[in-house]
Amino acid sequence: MNQGTIDLKDVSLVFGTGAQSVVALESLSLHVNAGEFLAILGPSGCGKSSLISTIAGFQAPRAGTLLVDGTVVDRPGSDRGVVFQQPTLFPWKSVRDNVDFGLRMRKVAWSKRQAILDEILGKVGLSEFVHHYPTQLSGGMQQRVGLARVLVNQPSVMLMDEPFGSLDAQTRLKMQELLLDVWSEFKMTILFVTHDIDEAVFLGSRIAVLTRRPGRLKSILDVELPRPRSEDVLVSPEFMRLKRNCMALLREETVGHA
Amino acid sequence: MLANRRQARASVTFQAVPPAPNQASVTERWNGASVAGDDSAIVVSPSREPSRAYLTLVRRALVRALAALAFLGLWHLASTHKFKFIVSFSFVPTPADVLAAGLEFVRSSKTPQHVLSSLRRVLTGFALAAAMAIPLGLVIGRSRLLADIVMTPLEIIRPIPGVAWIPLAILMFPTPEQSMIFICLVGALFPILLSTIHGVENLDRRLIYAAQTLGARQWHIFTEVILPGALPSIVTGLTIGMGISWFLVVTAEMISGRFGVGYFTWESYTLQNYADIVVGMLAIGILGMGSSFVVRLLGRVLMPWHRHLVHAR
Repeated sequence: MNQGTIDLKDVSLVFGTGAQSVVALESLSLHVNAGEFLAILGPSGCGKSSLISTIAGFQAPRAGTLLVDGTVVDRPGSDRGVVFQQPTLFPWKSVRDNVDFGLRMRKVAWSKRQAILDEILGKVGLSEFVHHYPTQLSGGMQQRVGLARVLVNQPSVMLMDEPFGSLDAQTRLKMQELLLDVWSEFKMTILFVTHDIDEAVFLGSRIAVLTRRPGRLKSILDVELPRPRSEDVLVSPEFMRLKRNCMALLREETVGHA
Repeated sequence: MLANRRQARASVTFQAVPPAPNQASVTERWNGASVAGDDSAIVVSPSREPSRAYLTLVRRALVRALAALAFLGLWHLASTHKFKFIVSFSFVPTPADVLAAGLEFVRSSKTPQHVLSSLRRVLTGFALAAAMAIPLGLVIGRSRLLADIVMTPLEIIRPIPGVAWIPLAILMFPTPEQSMIFICLVGALFPILLSTIHGVENLDRRLIYAAQTLGARQWHIFTEVILPGALPSIVTGLTIGMGISWFLVVTAEMISGRFGVGYFTWESYTLQNYADIVVGMLAIGILGMGSSFVVRLLGRVLMPWHRHLVHAR
């Protein structure tokens, strides 16, 4: 599969107008390979989420070009799935109907949908909760639904905006492992925004470190930890080295701005 | 089943009492009974000991029964002794008189026509108002241009109370029937419209974003995200609208009706059937309460998820 290439050239994103405008991204250039897991790390408020919104098509860049698979992004689409910071599920739909939504929008035949739903819901461990409403689920479970909802569409790009930020440490680790499983199976491009260095190193093939606002690309690190990764990676020397690197880079950005 | 019915009745008795806290808790319990069978292991629901809950219910029922009795007793004393201080009870019938008149009213062959006339007026006006206000509100909530075009004239009309429309409505419509329906419509229109707009505007934008990234286009965003998202607010508007429609139909009937519970009440006054006045008032109250209850019930049926939302917050 050769889909899921992302190209950003000198992309700027500005919110508001006049004196109250905020420059979220400034001349950001970035190339993401098809099937790559790119972690995006930056100090809080650096425009990480804005980057996700732009690629998702929620916000149009003020300047620069943004291409996904060679096509200019001008609106949201099911080729770019988004897992939000908050699960953002439809409260009025059961777990199954939430996950089914994308399939129905793409007019997949009923019998085919049932097979896909059973498979995906099983994969993310939700088989027993298909008839629950989102508010009946814990945060981790809700985020599983959020993930499953995107997976049924088999997007070439999956955009994740601190999806595990509000989960407790144990749940988060489980979700990270689940995500790596899913990624190794589906091989989509993943952009994963986080402010958690451990998470970025544990998940990413590369880590893009952004500067504080206005967000620019500060540096890109290769993560050459072997896959499949498990908890053991977290205490390996290479992990520690990368973590120290990231901390140093982030500290430069937060000094005097904490 | 028994508990279920008792709770249902408890929530009916509560409809007339506006304060929210009590009502909310009763509603929740009622819902709890109706949605049971959901084998949700991780639902966080307040679990009380059944026997203690039962005792509390019995005690509260007793207190309420005593309060009702005391009210009837005071009323009886006031009318038999022709109580007079600022208000006069000289012409106020006793509870027993009202009961007798009420039984008569229930048996009378004219009663169905009175009740059905009022019901038809209210429901027609209300249904028309809902059919206009909900789609309009959904669209206005999404389009600033449309909001400016449509809301400007409506904002001018809005402060005019429905009752003030009665003379003009009588002049504008060929039959009194139509004018009364129109008045019910006007009264219900604004609460439904404004609640719908409010519901759309307060919808979490990210839900629309989520729908878009899942491949939804305008139509499905409307029917599957905006409409259900605004539904709790719409149902609130419908409940308020229903109340106002009843208020207005009674007033309109007193002025231009041939039949109807409002007409019956006013006719009883002019014919000096004082017990019937109170019977008419009670009939109006019961019909209004029943209508609001039906709207609320409809809301619960349409929003099975809403109960869980309330729990989570």
